[in-house]
Amino acid sequence: MTMLRAQFEVTYPGFRLDVDIEAPTEGAIAVFGHSGCGKTTLLRCLAGLCRAPRGSMGIGGEVWQDESRNLFLPVHRRAVGYVFQDLRLFAHLSVRSNLEYGLSRTPPGERRFDFAQVVDLLGIGHVLDRRPSRLSGGEQQRVAIGRAVLTSPRLLLFDEPLSSLDWRVRGEILPFIQRLDAVLRIPIVYVSHALGEVLQLAKTLIVMREGRVQAVGPINELLARLDLRGAIEPERLGALIDARVAGHEPEFGLTRVEFGGRPLYVPYRPRSVGDPLRVHILAKDVSLVTGGPPLQTSVLNILEGRIESIGDAEGEEPSVDVRLDVGCPLLASITKKSVSKLGLRVGQKVYAQIKALALSEDLRT
Amino acid sequence: MDWSQLDLGPLWLTLKLAGVTVLVLLLAGTPIAWWLAHTRSRVKTVVEASVALPLVLPPTVLGFYLLVALGPYGVIGGPWASLTGSALAFTFTGLVIASCLYSLPFVVQPLQGAFEAVGAGPLEAAWSLRASKWDAFVTVASPLALRGYLTAMVLGFAHTLGEFGVVLMVGGNIPGKTKVISIAIFDQVESLEYEEARILSAGLLLFSFVVLLLVYTVNRRLPLHVS
Repeated sequence: MTMLRAQFEVTYPGFRLDVDIEAPTEGAIAVFGHSGCGKTTLLRCLAGLCRAPRGSMGIGGEVWQDESRNLFLPVHRRAVGYVFQDLRLFAHLSVRSNLEYGLSRTPPGERRFDFAQVVDLLGIGHVLDRRPSRLSGGEQQRVAIGRAVLTSPRLLLFDEPLSSLDWRVRGEILPFIQRLDAVLRIPIVYVSHALGEVLQLAKTLIVMREGRVQAVGPINELLARLDLRGAIEPERLGALIDARVAGHEPEFGLTRVEFGGRPLYVPYRPRSVGDPLRVHILAKDVSLVTGGPPLQTSVLNILEGRIESIGDAEGEEPSVDVRLDVGCPLLASITKKSVSKLGLRVGQKVYAQIKALALSEDLRT
Repeated sequence: MDWSQLDLGPLWLTLKLAGVTVLVLLLAGTPIAWWLAHTRSRVKTVVEASVALPLVLPPTVLGFYLLVALGPYGVIGGPWASLTGSALAFTFTGLVIASCLYSLPFVVQPLQGAFEAVGAGPLEAAWSLRASKWDAFVTVASPLALRGYLTAMVLGFAHTLGEFGVVLMVGGNIPGKTKVISIAIFDQVESLEYEEARILSAGLLLFSFVVLLLVYTVNRRLPLHVS
């Protein structure tokens, strides 16, 4: 498994970045944190646009920086792609020339993708002869991605690529980025302050806070960790389940997916049977039933499981998080009153109810 | 008026001086402007002030210092004389050096402004696309700063055309070597040759206007809008 290793210590007036990361690059790595937590600085250090006076960085067997040996590869000598938040397309060049800029500077022996393949994958064949300023926001974004991909990077960095886009266009761009990961197998580091963006994309999540790494691990584990409630957007807390499409029920507008032999209904998704589908089940959308499976309920999804832990019941909030094991971790955010009324305790067998309608994709952040 | 009597030597000399000056200034001014646009050094303000000095100094003051420096015993003229055997003052080369200093801000300032407008963004993008610093400067920053170059060339050229005080101090009035058009006109007026002065003045006026008009037209048609 290819690993990304990075250790940086750099101090700016009023800010300090101090990180040490080791993460697998299969499936994208998402870096999440609030503005000012050092995400972009981390990305710039990875690219070599910033040089941390103390640090080392490498991917797979390649070392790009090792200050103990005074080794620092400048940006243009690294096989790194960078999609900037403000895109930075070259205004004086056509789209075609923008795309060819990096490609022509990549030694033929290192080229892994050809022009036509990338243009086709990103759906930008019809705008090649235009100037970047004549493109829509989504098209500009795709050109910026294509330009970086065509340098055949060993590491592709995204800095909040969707933040400048309308939320309708966001849904259009994300599948392209997913394809880079799935089809082209390019290791991706994706920085965002909106967790919703990375839920479908990332396999590994790095949570940053005030210049430090607060947590790093598989995204589904981190999202279901009760102690990260404060670090992750509380409304996003929940389970991330990697399921497969098992079938469609067009007459009801539903898609049936399966994970670990358990069925789950979600609103219709235009995917083929057998395709992987990641379902995000928010803690606030899960309710609990004790004493046997509910027999007459409008809720389609009922999962049997055991209580693993119950969150901190102190504080003034009316709710508490309960973590279940239903074959994978599942979080339920319920009232303290219910915990007390049902007498919930660790180890107890319960049934989790999840409304199918709550499981729609939503990229509004 | 007998047109064949008109001495066009000063006109050609002036155009040659302005052309050479602009060429030298583009080569020397670009690194200065680039450095000023990108540096965070504290020396920046000192350099900026020095570059702008010719804007405020009376040409005679600048000319006086240059005369001393370019003379056979001056800091520039001395070594030059021992190297080439001839002094710099009252020569065309001396005039070029003087003009370069005199017109420096008119070339450096527009270039600096243009480089600052381009900013670090496109450069970083170019580096991330495997372009070296020099490559990125040539293929990204320079084309994006094209308007700045155009402005710098026009202002540098036009300002050198119009210089009088510095030339008078450093170059004197040697026909074919240092007698530029502004000096020639001054000469003609002094000796009451108003007819010749009128023709030369009108010629210079017309030429300057046409050059500026041409440049502004080209500038407007330039497909680039960098802001």
